[in-house]
Amino acid sequence: MYSPQIVVEALLNGLMLGAIYALIALGLTLIYGVLHIVNFAHGALLTVAMFMVWLVCARYGLDPYLAILVVAPLMFALGYGLQRFIIGPASHGKDNGILLVTLGLSIIIENALLAAFQSDTRTITTDYSFRVVELGPLLLSFPRVVGFGVTIATTILLWLVLHQTDIGKAIRAVAKEKLGASLVGISVPHVYAMTFAIGCACLAVAAGLLMPSFYVSPKTGAAFVLVAFTIVVLGGMGSIPGALIGGLLIGVVEAASSLFLGDSLGQIGIFLIFIVTLLVRPTGLFGARA
Amino acid sequence: MTKPRLATLAIIVAALAVIAFAGLSGALLNLMIFMMIIALAAQGWNILGGYAGLSSFGHAAFFGAGAYAMAVLQTRFGVNAWIALVIGIALGALVGAFIGFLSFRSGLKGSYFALITLAFAEVARILANSWNFTGGAAGILLKLQTGLPYLQFADRRYFLLITIGCVAIGLVVSWWLEHSRFGAYLVALRENEQAAQALGVDVFAVKMKAIAISGALTAAAGCLYAQNYLFIDANVAFGSWISIEALFAAIVGGSGTVLGPLIGAIVLLGLGELTKGLSGGIPGMDLLVFGIILVLSVAFSPNGLVMLMKSLGLRAPAKAKEA
Amino acid sequence: MLEVKSLTKRFSGLVAVDQASLSVAKGSITGLIGPNGAGKTTLFAMIAGFLQPDGGSVSYEGRDITALAPHVRARAGIARTFQIVQPFEGLNVQENIAVGAYLHTPDASEAMRQAADIAKRVGLGADLTKGSSDLTVAGRKRLEVARALATQPKLLLLDEVLAGLNPSEIRDVLPLVRDIRDQGVTILMIEHIMQAVMNLCDTVYVLSQGRMIAQGEPKTVCEDPQVIEAYLGHGAAERLRAEQAHA
Ligand SMILES: Nc1ncnc2c1ncn2[C@@H]1O[C@H](COP(=O)(O)OP(=O)(O)OP(=O)(O)O)[C@@H](O)[C@H]1O
Ligand SMILES: [Mg+2]
Repeated sequence: MYSPQIVVEALLNGLMLGAIYALIALGLTLIYGVLHIVNFAHGALLTVAMFMVWLVCARYGLDPYLAILVVAPLMFALGYGLQRFIIGPASHGKDNGILLVTLGLSIIIENALLAAFQSDTRTITTDYSFRVVELGPLLLSFPRVVGFGVTIATTILLWLVLHQTDIGKAIRAVAKEKLGASLVGISVPHVYAMTFAIGCACLAVAAGLLMPSFYVSPKTGAAFVLVAFTIVVLGGMGSIPGALIGGLLIGVVEAASSLFLGDSLGQIGIFLIFIVTLLVRPTGLFGARA
Repeated sequence: MTKPRLATLAIIVAALAVIAFAGLSGALLNLMIFMMIIALAAQGWNILGGYAGLSSFGHAAFFGAGAYAMAVLQTRFGVNAWIALVIGIALGALVGAFIGFLSFRSGLKGSYFALITLAFAEVARILANSWNFTGGAAGILLKLQTGLPYLQFADRRYFLLITIGCVAIGLVVSWWLEHSRFGAYLVALRENEQAAQALGVDVFAVKMKAIAISGALTAAAGCLYAQNYLFIDANVAFGSWISIEALFAAIVGGSGTVLGPLIGAIVLLGLGELTKGLSGGIPGMDLLVFGIILVLSVAFSPNGLVMLMKSLGLRAPAKAKEA
Repeated sequence: MLEVKSLTKRFSGLVAVDQASLSVAKGSITGLIGPNGAGKTTLFAMIAGFLQPDGGSVSYEGRDITALAPHVRARAGIARTFQIVQPFEGLNVQENIAVGAYLHTPDASEAMRQAADIAKRVGLGADLTKGSSDLTVAGRKRLEVARALATQPKLLLLDEVLAGLNPSEIRDVLPLVRDIRDQGVTILMIEHIMQAVMNLCDTVYVLSQGRMIAQGEPKTVCEDPQVIEAYLGHGAAERLRAEQAHA
């Protein structure tokens, strides 16, 4: 019923939106892989990052892509503080405690934003918001092409940080063997907080990439959180390549199902993938850990 | 451990009923009805999340099943309200059994279980929102007709009494749990599933029963909600707000205790109203306070208000003795 | 009563149990010994149904139970203790034991009464209301045994219930094990402490690197050169001799 060109275009645009999903999921899966916690506040933190980008752009007229350079350090600091001084101590190291504390945080953040900004949606219009890139006969959204490129670059950067820097090595050591790492003098709470901080910085990048073509309201993050969890579960909890591939896959699935089922039912595709993955293969496509 | 006696529960229920007829203003009456509905939803959550240790983030699935059963059966099929209530409760148990069967077969627990329940509730929300049968995005309006057979009352105090009655049933169910083999099995599998199996506990069957009872109680809350407000849509019935309030009330009050959900619902909603009043209606302030209370209670009183009160109560006489 | 035929279990490459067979006669105390990592606990887990074997079969009272779930085996009368104790942390001692007692009575007060009796029998009579985390190591091992006993088993699998106890505590537990057998419960026990094995067991099986290398009366098995060989690598031969001198 659709011409092949429309289908291919939709799928490619989905693929590129999937890249930004992947970036959101990257932070989540990193935090899971190292801290072994499900950070339920991830979506709300994305909203925070998006509001920061919006503020920086709306107030100071900065370009949203450049705003990443301002917002990323802020989110990094916020993430560090949250894990080190709130989530860590308040949850007493219990799984259930972490789940509930991060759930509580997400509600606090969401409603604090609601109190501060009301429920209006806010957008940033740039002169490239609706620009398209021509790829042969196909028309692709410019912000999504940029998003795709920056996601790939960020993933490479993250890989380099994890493998080439001291903190990266410490993070991987803690992820593998917490006790051993603490015995050789690595401060586990510090590494946990650094990991959380890096995850939040990834959200800042995602926020900067989303804002030119998306809107933000206090509930925006909630819409992303299950998508991000789906990606993480699909790719295997804790697996970085898994998050990347899972994100791209979900982007395509979402594009396909909203093309064929319509926008509101389209979301169901993602939830069903989520449910089926959890039921059939909870270790995901790439995860080895049970 | 410290278990309340049936007599204590009877006194509490009687006190609630007395308050109901103590000449509350309309607004306070409405608040109290809402408190009882949330308490009932939380009692349902508590069976699974508190006693069995399976935290659900998606109890909206059960609440919505009850609410929609109530609305659809009455408006589309002209079913009597009381019969619709019974069917709604049964549907809640059935939805519980369905989600439970799939999740427990695959051995899901902890955060995986929390996430999958959330996903099921979301799927239900999207379906109810796009299906004509359930009124689609417009929702369903129930007909106003007062009288006992319609489970609607011109004098709202009688509806409050009915909600109190349901909460009383919830209290008795929890009390029974604490004095029965089934309840002991629930706690055993929460504490150590493997050890429970070694002692002959069929953990799958026990979990299935737990989620069915849990779903039934929370669905009852959904039924009462629909009957009280006479309007539901997908975001109200299957929205995450109810999953969150059920969980919050149970945990803040004391998860895995008989009185926890009731106390939690009263305290939370009471505080919520207070902040709404104090903040002059800034949106989200009440939920903001809920969130802070949840984090604080996980941090400083992991056993909830019930235990906090008990330990304070126990410490006070001890101090008196020292002096 | 229990017949294990060439059970095999692999963990990604490692063969933890390799075609091991054993049989336990009704009313006996049968020992299972072997160096660390020999696969004893894994074998127990397969007998009790917690692990599915990759090959072989388990039959109990003449019935093949290889495919049955753990709780079904427990109901049929097989109870196990865990080497790493697994108490229900949130419950006190009496409630812990009552969970076992519920297998044969749905009545709460009856289960609690039975739990108190069993607690007395294993020497936890004074600790009924203690939290399980407040018990000593010896206390927790007793709790493991008490919980298993509460299910009124016909076959009791004990996994190193003496490990971590001091000599006087061991001397207290030995009569308890014999007493349980005298009440008609068949016992299969994993034990490192040779004093106990020599003292209690009618028959002993020796597992080494997953294979059953010897069986027989405790005395003859201990003198079996293959068995001494198996232990030597771990310096256990001396320990063995020392303990024998001790006994
Ligand atoms: N779940 C598992 N996954 C992978 N390997 C396992 C698992 N359980 C046991 N093993 C391995 O199987 C082997 C046998 O372990 P098992 O615990 O059965 O030995 P054991 O004889 O009980 O030793 P011990 O005397 O120390 O209790 C060991 O090498 C152990 O590392
Ligand atoms: Mg062992």
